[in-house]
Amino acid sequence: MSLPDIQTLTLPNGKTIDTHTFLFINNEFVAGHGPMIDTVNPTTEEVICSVHSADESDVDAAVQAAATCFETTWRKVAPAQRGRLINKLADLIERDIEHFAHLEALDNGKTVAVARDIDITDSVACFRYFAGWADKIHGKTVDTTFDKMCYTRHEPIGVVAAVTPWNYSVQMPVWKLAPALAAGNTIVLKSSEVTPLGILHLAALVKEAGFPPGVLNVVTGYGHITGNALTKHPLVAKVAFTGSTATGRRIMESSAASSTLKKIQLELGGKSAQIVCADADLPHAAAQACQGIFNNHGQSCNAGTRIFVQEAVHDDFLALFLEETKKLKVGDPFEDGIHQGPQINKVQFEKILGYIDLGVKEGATIALGGKRVGTKGYFVEPTVFVNCTNNMRIMREEIFGPVVCIGKFSTVDEAIALANDSEYGLAGGVYTKDVNVAIKVSNEMHAGTVWVNCFDVFDQSTPFGGVKNSGFGKELGKYALLEYLNVKTVKFQLMDI
Amino acid sequence: MTGSNLLVDVKLSNGKTIQVQTGLFINNEFVVGDYTLDTVNPATGEVITAVQAADTPKVDEAVDAAENAYQTVWKDTLPTERQRLMLRLADLIERDAEELAQIETLDNGKPFTNSKFVDVPALLGTLRYYAGFADKLYGKLINTQVGTSLVDREPYGVCAGILPWNFPLSMLGWKLGPALVTGNVIIIKTSEITPLSALKVAALAKEAGFAPGVIQIITGYGKTAGTALSRHMRVSKLAFTGSTMVGREIMKASADTNLKKVTLELGGKSPNIIFNDADIDQAVKFAHRGIYYNQGQICCAGSRIYVQEGVYDQFVKGLQAAATTGKSGDPFDLTTMHGPLVSQMQFDRVMDYIESGKAEGAHVHTGGKRVGDKGYFIEPTIFTDVKPEMKIVKEEIFGPVAVVTKFKDEDDVVRLANDTVYGLASAVFTKDIDRALTVAKRIQAGTVWVNGYNLLENETPFGGYGQSGIGRENGEMGLDNYLQYKTIKINLNVKL
Repeated sequence: MSLPDIQTLTLPNGKTIDTHTFLFINNEFVAGHGPMIDTVNPTTEEVICSVHSADESDVDAAVQAAATCFETTWRKVAPAQRGRLINKLADLIERDIEHFAHLEALDNGKTVAVARDIDITDSVACFRYFAGWADKIHGKTVDTTFDKMCYTRHEPIGVVAAVTPWNYSVQMPVWKLAPALAAGNTIVLKSSEVTPLGILHLAALVKEAGFPPGVLNVVTGYGHITGNALTKHPLVAKVAFTGSTATGRRIMESSAASSTLKKIQLELGGKSAQIVCADADLPHAAAQACQGIFNNHGQSCNAGTRIFVQEAVHDDFLALFLEETKKLKVGDPFEDGIHQGPQINKVQFEKILGYIDLGVKEGATIALGGKRVGTKGYFVEPTVFVNCTNNMRIMREEIFGPVVCIGKFSTVDEAIALANDSEYGLAGGVYTKDVNVAIKVSNEMHAGTVWVNCFDVFDQSTPFGGVKNSGFGKELGKYALLEYLNVKTVKFQLMDI
Repeated sequence: MTGSNLLVDVKLSNGKTIQVQTGLFINNEFVVGDYTLDTVNPATGEVITAVQAADTPKVDEAVDAAENAYQTVWKDTLPTERQRLMLRLADLIERDAEELAQIETLDNGKPFTNSKFVDVPALLGTLRYYAGFADKLYGKLINTQVGTSLVDREPYGVCAGILPWNFPLSMLGWKLGPALVTGNVIIIKTSEITPLSALKVAALAKEAGFAPGVIQIITGYGKTAGTALSRHMRVSKLAFTGSTMVGREIMKASADTNLKKVTLELGGKSPNIIFNDADIDQAVKFAHRGIYYNQGQICCAGSRIYVQEGVYDQFVKGLQAAATTGKSGDPFDLTTMHGPLVSQMQFDRVMDYIESGKAEGAHVHTGGKRVGDKGYFIEPTIFTDVKPEMKIVKEEIFGPVAVVTKFKDEDDVVRLANDTVYGLASAVFTKDIDRALTVAKRIQAGTVWVNGYNLLENETPFGGYGQSGIGRENGEMGLDNYLQYKTIKINLNVKL
């Protein structure tokens, strides 16, 4: 006897919370035909519940629903009305913010406060930002010769496949849904099998907000089954992916194997450098740099995981940085006053501890941390390596945990070279009071975002996305819309009348 | 007298009683003015109520409040918060839509079905459209030989908007929307003929949470309040909608004082051109909409209709039939199509134009007379056998009077259509794509409708060529009126 869609979960404080567990296709929660997937609470290492996953037939049903909706319905909804629906969705998410925050803390392990005040608050703001664009997507008229009338249409692409990660399990999907919907596309979303719950509640709100069936479809599942079927489906016109560089390559390969070519956007890993100059406001830099690496338990693609400090201030900066890091309390994400919950799962946990061992073997020195916290739950101490050099694997490979590597530099040119000596290019930062240094570094860094005197600071209107092995394409801001539009040139030849 | 004393009970023709606000809205309070004036119900000719009105002292007070609001609050209000407040105001307007529509019809005379289904929704649409721009005002980053330049767009600060009486609520939206979203504060002077509906919106602005002084709404005559605003040394930008004659005064006032930036949306004598291959049924319906909607009291009314020889008789017959079918009467009657003209003065003006048409030898094909003996109702009127030199062909009548001319070919009609000092709008009815686009390119007007008329939408800019105005409202371009460019050029490469 199989379980119904809605399951009741018990929170640490004894209260209960409901969650959907089915797939969401055509505005209905439906059973899947793929394997059942257990989702684990990383704080307790226990299974929260089992969710349905999608096999190839389910993916096909979802894509067909999205394609049909696009052709028959969604493209006929007036842009201003699209904007109103997206704003309505934002209102509903805001209404249910506590519900989302608790699901996220359970499924992902980030604290309730962070889930509420960062992840879901940002998701609401993102939808509100893109709602405003819906009726402002313009083409251009183009002057050529007097006997012609030319213009460009900025048209939606059609069915968008979104494949999203576990580190921000609602926010990363929203960064794709918001511009995709504003631009008039329909979506099939494959969430992370590691954190499937939050996005299913968002799906329910999409229906409540009044979106037509088929505009958003959610197919939970494994990458090799569901993700694969989705990214090579012939009716998918575009793939937007956030995750590891390795999976990004597989997505490109899978899409290339499809009978139809797809527009692809990848937001991948990083090994972002934070450069601390001798003239920086050191206490401020230490606080920002600390957040820059340890936010989200170090599980951010843009984490500032390499810090290069100018020799003259290295020891002073390090002392301040360690002080900041010691303020981070590690513990149960449902408790007040906690900054850092567990890492996402056993695989990541073991990988991080493996890198810590490696760092020691490679000759770096642990200045702080380096060990597991407690005996239950995937907790790792915020860890600081010093005496790091760019050739070490801990300086080159993405660890995706609360592990920062600190090295030195003498000149700004050297710092820039060190920062750029990486296969990645997602983000970077520089701390300085000198305007010329700030502009020089931000001009010369190979990165999609350069932060000056701050780190890991986001706004809805500034685009985000990397270069090199960090991927291609932009999210957020007006630039994100272009990722979800095709430009069509129309040329009228005027005839003598 | 305080805010609550300034609320007055008014009885509608359908027996209902509503409350109208009569104070000046300054610094989030309703206050007594420098004098009062009466506002009249044009359906009956009777006074609705006296309202408080502003002269220089109260205008000065409003400007002080606006400046203070900008410097201490609005300048530092985040764009997303500006958006939130504007959307909240829209929601409150939607909540009180019925009441707003009643006040609009009472004061302006337009049929209640129009106020409810067109004017109030138009205001909502404009506010919601512009609210979405709040955090999307990108400047540019321009790299040059000297270094790096940030070209930012900044608000002016204290702006003023002077509204006409023909679409009080909708025109209020056209000023509030772009001014507020770009971070400006604004003082609105309504038309002394239709002061009431904006004052209801003022109360909603306060309820929505706008800080005192961000939005202010004052009643007053052009000669007193309008002059005070257009001459004020600390108003940085003024947007005016109204007659070309008053538009000139506003520009002179700016030239004479602080060179405040002025945008003008003025009159028109817009040509509506119907070719032989037009869908005549649709052309008739749109032509009717073009000149008789809102009793012809529209800046972009299609008041000169040009019909190609081959379809002239058919078209005129159709337009006459359409012109004589709509009912003129009590605007609160849901079957009424035509309300009264807005005032005695407008009524007299239009009747004078009709007389001048007859005197100059034009033929009254239909209409030409008053309807009934109470209220300012005029029959939908068609003049034929007109010549370009006639007053009724050259001058803006601003009433339900169409002048119809036969034309031969494209060159003929383009010459006739462009023979005007105005250039607000125009239309061409044809099925031929080349003709439509070629004529559209040749007409000297800010809007050219192809196979339609009086279709105004938030997303597309609107404004005049020639003496129909300066600047554009609506669309992304509407924002340009409320922002100024600042170039911040950082020298990186030049050492002396």
